[in-house]
Amino acid sequence: MLGLLRKQQRFTPAAPVASHEAGPTAAVHCRGVTKRFGSADSGTWALRGVDLEVPPGQMTLLVGPSGCGKTTLISIVAGLLEPTAGEVQVLGAEFARLSGGSLVRFRGANIGFVFQQYNLLPALTALENAAVPLLIAGQVRRQALAKTAAVMEAVGLGDKLHSLPSQLSGGQQQRVAIARALVHEPRLLVCDEPTAALDADSGRTVMELLRRVAVQPGRAVIVVTHDSRVFSFGDAIVHMSDGRIDRIDGSPRV
Amino acid sequence: MHWIALKMLTGDRSKYLGLIFGVTFATVLMSQQVSIFVGIMARTGSQILDVRDADIWVMDNKVRYIDEVPGLRDNELLRVRGVPGVDWAVKLYKGQVRARLADGNFRNVILFGLDDATLAGAPETMVAGDLADLRRPDAVIIDTAGYEYMWPGEPVVLGRTLEMNDRRAVLVGVCKASAPFTTLPILYTRYSEAGRFVPKERHLMSFVLVKAAAGVETQTLCSRIEEQTGHSALTRDQFFWKTIRYFLASTGIPVNFGITITLGFIIGVAIAGQTFYLFTIENLRQFGALKAMGVSNGRIVGMILLQALVVGLLGYSIGVGLTAIFFESTGHITHLAGLHMYWQIMLGTGAAVLVIVVLASLLSIRRVLVTETAIVFRT
Repeated sequence: MLGLLRKQQRFTPAAPVASHEAGPTAAVHCRGVTKRFGSADSGTWALRGVDLEVPPGQMTLLVGPSGCGKTTLISIVAGLLEPTAGEVQVLGAEFARLSGGSLVRFRGANIGFVFQQYNLLPALTALENAAVPLLIAGQVRRQALAKTAAVMEAVGLGDKLHSLPSQLSGGQQQRVAIARALVHEPRLLVCDEPTAALDADSGRTVMELLRRVAVQPGRAVIVVTHDSRVFSFGDAIVHMSDGRIDRIDGSPRV
Repeated sequence: MHWIALKMLTGDRSKYLGLIFGVTFATVLMSQQVSIFVGIMARTGSQILDVRDADIWVMDNKVRYIDEVPGLRDNELLRVRGVPGVDWAVKLYKGQVRARLADGNFRNVILFGLDDATLAGAPETMVAGDLADLRRPDAVIIDTAGYEYMWPGEPVVLGRTLEMNDRRAVLVGVCKASAPFTTLPILYTRYSEAGRFVPKERHLMSFVLVKAAAGVETQTLCSRIEEQTGHSALTRDQFFWKTIRYFLASTGIPVNFGITITLGFIIGVAIAGQTFYLFTIENLRQFGALKAMGVSNGRIVGMILLQALVVGLLGYSIGVGLTAIFFESTGHITHLAGLHMYWQIMLGTGAAVLVIVVLASLLSIRRVLVTETAIVFRT
């Protein structure tokens, strides 16, 4: 267990995280990224050399059939998985050069997450759930809740602040998750199948909301989806299959 | 993050209460059983501690504990008195006899025969009557618990008579005495009267009680007495612990209590550990989400330990409280009187509970730490 704790410290302390302005123009920059799960001889390749750049101020959709590597790719982009090989640079920070602790802090400060299963804390109210990133950042609870209330208004849940997740519909829970992802004003938003657990109307509402409140100048939004009904919301659509990028419709370049 | 950890903990009421119940159960079992065990062990030597006016007990050198004592020859008293450094030395009888009550019932009793002149070894606190009345013919004094045992539910009446060895005894007082190992009445009489109450034995003197002269080191005097008389001479504490060691080594009491206490600990670990682990597993995705959102492993460990400590503190407090209530509410029951929770047992139980919650949380911590944060992206 101590080993696990120390794991975060095993890398050489990295240089200070480069600001967005100081880094490359792309918010996300991947070169030759591969990922293999399991052992070298019998493992499975989830990514087989992915090159991708995601510009800020746009919504980029990662699409493809199940098992094509979408989720693995955004896990790597979000700093939750280490690639087997390749270079990953996010908002100017090269993940391979960040220590475990620095990477965790980087993630907390710069990346927002929207999960397919929402992952709200069942014991916290909607307002408290949405305020979690600010509390993680060390803000005083009262201030954090006050700031979060405004974001909750923006996602249309001003009247559900004190509801528990169990008292909300799936669409409402996902809107809470979006508020939580945006409350600390991250520069990269990563959304994993945000509409998969929702009906068509709720899915459309969530995507409209993401489009309206999440896509901002200086913020990149990556949405993993296999729901073709929401393709129209993306500025660019990255098609993946078998661990590779097949083609891109829109601005990002391979 | 502490606030979030506590909200996560208390949010699932059933598991939260289950965790507290597990720790409470273990606490009650351990603190109550250890207290009773220690109380019973202390009872085995309680009559030794009740004799406060003597420093040294002299006895046959083969004596193993206070309830199994052969008589010494009367002239041994004089030999002890002749040892340099002895301030005074008196004889003491201690044994068991059968007492027949006026209504024909009979009870076994513990009988103390005190030195006629000094009454050394007499009880310190009288509840009824006067210690000086012990000098009257046929006089005996009984302890309060013994009175209830002999005459249950009846008010204290002095002047009652009973027979021991077909000799009449008159109750002249009731005193306080520490409860003995066996719940037998304790009777005090003069040594000369004890000679009448005890069926004929050639040597009646069980012990010689010795007071060391001023400035004489007790342990040195013990060695000197042993050297000159060939008998065993022990300080009060030494004899007390010798008796306890006998019961620890020669009876099944420690094994039985030990099993109960160990079971309490194991059950505590099992209930708290399993419930806490399930609680963590159910929250694994939430912990993963927190890690993804920037919570370090160290803070996650802190959250889990905080949850465990809160559960441990609450369970321990309730458990110790229940044990205290038990002893408080049973204090008036004669055969349970005198048993109580020692502060050392409270501390020891607290340490055991700490071990329980730390063990319970270690599994959970390990599971959270080894879980890939990317679990949050899986359905």
